[in-house]
Amino acid sequence: MPTPMRLRIILYVLQEACTSLRRNGWLNLAAVGTTAVSLLILGVSVLLFVNTNHIASMVESNVEIMAYLEPELDEDAARALKTQIFRISGVEEVEFISKEEALASLEKQLGKEKLLRESLGGVNPLPDAYRIRTVEPRQVAAVAAAVSRLPGVEKVRYGQEIVEKLFKLTGWVRLISISLMGMLGICAVFLIATTIRLTMFARRKEISIMKYVGATDWFVRSPFLFEGIILGGCGALLAIAVLYFSYGALVSRIGEVLAFLPLVRDPSVLFRLFGGLLGIGVGLGVAGSFISIHRYLRV
Amino acid sequence: MEFGVISLIQFFNVSKHYPNGVKALQGITLQIQRGEFVFIVGPSGAGKSTLLKLIFREELPTKGQIYVCGRSLVRMKRREVPYLRRQIGMVFQDFRLLPDRTVYENVAFAMKVVGAGRAEIKRRVPEVLEIVGLTDRMRMYPHQLSGGEQQRVAIARALVNRPSVIIADEPTGNLDLDTSWEIINYLQEINRQGTTMIIATHAREIVDSLRQRVIALDRGRIVRDEYRGAYAHAT
Repeated sequence: MPTPMRLRIILYVLQEACTSLRRNGWLNLAAVGTTAVSLLILGVSVLLFVNTNHIASMVESNVEIMAYLEPELDEDAARALKTQIFRISGVEEVEFISKEEALASLEKQLGKEKLLRESLGGVNPLPDAYRIRTVEPRQVAAVAAAVSRLPGVEKVRYGQEIVEKLFKLTGWVRLISISLMGMLGICAVFLIATTIRLTMFARRKEISIMKYVGATDWFVRSPFLFEGIILGGCGALLAIAVLYFSYGALVSRIGEVLAFLPLVRDPSVLFRLFGGLLGIGVGLGVAGSFISIHRYLRV
Repeated sequence: MEFGVISLIQFFNVSKHYPNGVKALQGITLQIQRGEFVFIVGPSGAGKSTLLKLIFREELPTKGQIYVCGRSLVRMKRREVPYLRRQIGMVFQDFRLLPDRTVYENVAFAMKVVGAGRAEIKRRVPEVLEIVGLTDRMRMYPHQLSGGEQQRVAIARALVNRPSVIIADEPTGNLDLDTSWEIINYLQEINRQGTTMIIATHAREIVDSLRQRVIALDRGRIVRDEYRGAYAHAT
């Protein structure tokens, strides 16, 4: 087949697909909207996952353990505790953080909120603490366990513990969002299939004439396939646009308010996500077209 | 059976039984040569339509072999069927035109879907419209035409891709006698230019006066096949 003929056929196919897109407006909107919402949920879920991983890896590389002391512990006992902590293997450094210092740094983290101290009524509720560093990150859990068993230590906090809790939470969020996305994805496929079936119905006369005059199966089918691809692709583009602008706004807003929360800003991560969403959107469209072609276009 | 000349259409002991138990055709053997003009006659339900459907492979035979242009339709793959159909022009009783397209566009449509070029379409469509005498109706829509004119558009569409054979299923079934004659005259003219013509019809008067080959079917069997034949048995 010479190239110009192929080009002509492609042009024809695109033209036909566009005509039918104009024809059933509301259903198109429903199909595109459902695809967009389902992909939006997927996108949010992926961004959540990427960001928790990012935060987790930063927290996990942290070798810090905070050991909070019982409030009634006196200075001598505290000093004795410090030497006991030093005896645990893997401990590199132990630093005393008084409750005054802790409050000051909290104020700093929260920004210019001078009201904090006043709202607490002049009482500092924070305990004194030791900040312990281990030589290597993988020693953190063992050291933390050993420290927590020492007398005079009320509580031990370290990053990895937070990470585990974070993962438990995001695990649930992910499960819910993926099942939601799956259900909406199926709805999207069937809405696309219905849209295309309507187009086929509107064109049944043309289709039968095409068969009589010897149009190939692919020639008859491809406008419908393209219609599906366009519907799915538009849904994906809509989801991508919403994600792009809202995530951008979120990142810059959080950058202002919660500077210590490290969100993923790497554009290549976003590009890969958007590419994936577009691919899935087109895939949903193709699936929808195939359902209708298979069921209603026996050539 | 002679194999010297490859016939355009050959049926060897063809039967077609439908799943609902109807035996539409039984033991049909026939040959049609290139350039022939053939009437297929018989009462309703005799199997005329089934015979035509088998030729352009809308149906497959239950038994027997069919060859069109030397190719077995039974062994033909699905994806080869469109290329077979480009060798065959179809004309129907109900014209089957697209109501939202002009005469020109209806004919051009048949060229478009087989991938013909714009220039070729521009040259060929007026040519076939002239053959059926519709040059001045080119920009009109089907509903603006008489029945005879609509059928001539359908004939132009069947002819436009230069098929080897035109198959017409009751082409005059919806038309009065004068218009029927007009249509048959066009088909005869196209046949004289070399296109084989197979016409299933009930138009007794036309068949009787043309004295062409007549294949008569009854209850799925060929009851008569004569050259220079008539609609009914010569008595």
